[in-house]
Amino acid sequence: MDVVVEPGLEHQAERARSRQGLLMGLPAMIYLFVFFVIPLGFVVMYSFATRTRTGRTELAGWNLEAYERLGETVVRAVAFRSLWIAAVTTILSLALAYPLAYFISTRRPATRNMLLVGVMIPFWSNFLIRTYAWRVLLDSDGIFTRIMSGAGLGDGRILFTNKAVIIGLVYGYLPFMVLPLYAAIERIDWSLVEGARDLYASGWSAFRRVVWPLSKPGVIAGSILVFVPSFGAYVTPAILGGNKKGLMGSYIVDQFMDARNGPLGSSLSVLVLVVMLMGTLVYFRQGGRSL
Amino acid sequence: MGKGVALSTAEPMGATRWLLRGHSALVYAFFYAPIIVLVFYSFNESHLVGRWSGFSLRWYEAFVQNDNIQSSLWVSVKICAASTVISVVLGTLAALSIERFRWWGQKAFDAVLYLPIIIPDVTMAVMMLVFFGETAQLFNVIPGVDLTNGLEKLVLSHVAFNISFVSVVVRARLANLDEAMEEAAADLYASRWQAFRRVTLPQIMPGVLGGALLAVTLSLDDVVVSSFVSAVGATPVSVYVFGMLRKGVSPLINAVSVVILAASMTLVMASLVLERATSSRKR
Repeated sequence: MDVVVEPGLEHQAERARSRQGLLMGLPAMIYLFVFFVIPLGFVVMYSFATRTRTGRTELAGWNLEAYERLGETVVRAVAFRSLWIAAVTTILSLALAYPLAYFISTRRPATRNMLLVGVMIPFWSNFLIRTYAWRVLLDSDGIFTRIMSGAGLGDGRILFTNKAVIIGLVYGYLPFMVLPLYAAIERIDWSLVEGARDLYASGWSAFRRVVWPLSKPGVIAGSILVFVPSFGAYVTPAILGGNKKGLMGSYIVDQFMDARNGPLGSSLSVLVLVVMLMGTLVYFRQGGRSL
Repeated sequence: MGKGVALSTAEPMGATRWLLRGHSALVYAFFYAPIIVLVFYSFNESHLVGRWSGFSLRWYEAFVQNDNIQSSLWVSVKICAASTVISVVLGTLAALSIERFRWWGQKAFDAVLYLPIIIPDVTMAVMMLVFFGETAQLFNVIPGVDLTNGLEKLVLSHVAFNISFVSVVVRARLANLDEAMEEAAADLYASRWQAFRRVTLPQIMPGVLGGALLAVTLSLDDVVVSSFVSAVGATPVSVYVFGMLRKGVSPLINAVSVVILAASMTLVMASLVLERATSSRKR
């Protein structure tokens, strides 16, 4: 016997369900609207607002001055220095993480889980403290400096330089690189590699022609996850860096704390946001899902 | 590992193999050496950070006796607890609403929900500073709300980023669940609420707890947003320590750091154990 489905009833039930879903999401939606979307709107508004003589920001006299200032030599130097540091951090992280991710994903499941936990623990440990640990390590009479000078590897005093900042950033964000790389390499169908080897590909060319292309989504995801926070980093340069106002994150903070230039600070924040959004778009275009 | 091919295909041979192993060992050393050095020096008797002069617990005593640190720890505990509870409720509901229902505007909500995860700290901090600067007066009109007190601003801004993280964790859990169970409950005349409470909730509980642990961790971790919104008298421990760090190293900070690190590592371990326990039960 056929079940007669009343289209009207079915439709109504569907609408009731959809309403229920909306209702469940509503509290979070309202919250994020008030405490995320509106604040974001304020920052965008600030970037077009006027700065009064006293350093207050007035939501009137809309202008593009704060964006024009992004072209100034000082600001450009800060932006390029940050881009450079973020790029070096990303490349170093990739160089460190790729072999590790490859190693982890080619272990037996039990070993693999243990090795992954080993990456996860620093990943979720307090970021501030982990950065501070490098301050202790790199201290002028700390272990690193003494090992370097003891081994005759030149002056190991790199604290308060960009080198120290890069070490700190690589240290802080390395797990962001390892985990997506691991996810990508672990998924590879190794019979393809076996096929390449059967066709007399050398180990190296099998890697270059098969493994590397297949792991590319992981490379891209990891690079974005490292690059974006490195570009806007504030804590790491503040603890390990020298010129405290020379990088994007600190420069933005300074606009609000000391320089009292809300519009410029806001246009810089919008710039960081644009870099982030571009990165995210590439990430999702590459088929990336969640973190 | 794909399709039952022997591990040997993936394992490089000869020197490369040992290079790979050596490299991995070095990266793990890189991960853990700084932490170990920090823990080691926190027991240093000397007040010079880099010089070892003997084992002592004096810096831990100083930590316990320091009222400023103690009160900032208490502030952190309060913010953590409040922001975690709120974001777990809101985040779980959001996860259910996106994963289990289809409604108009869902895609947009989903996109906004991702933003707090990927937005750089500094931008989020600026957003909160500007927002509270412009609207605190409006909020203060509401009876019982006083945003001049930093505590409430801290909770509000921590919830703003934690909702998203909680919902991601809960959604991952929901995506792996079989909806058939809920349908079976409905077929057996359970009301939707009963089906939720008796079937769905117990199943997503590990995800909810995982999300809660993540929220606690992130709330404890946050420095940038908190230092932008905290007011005098309500400084969370991360902001307090950050202020100390910028002035320079001291063995007291080492001791404080080790305590915070121990707390955050305990949380990670707890969440990993939790995950392990629930995933093995499923198999």
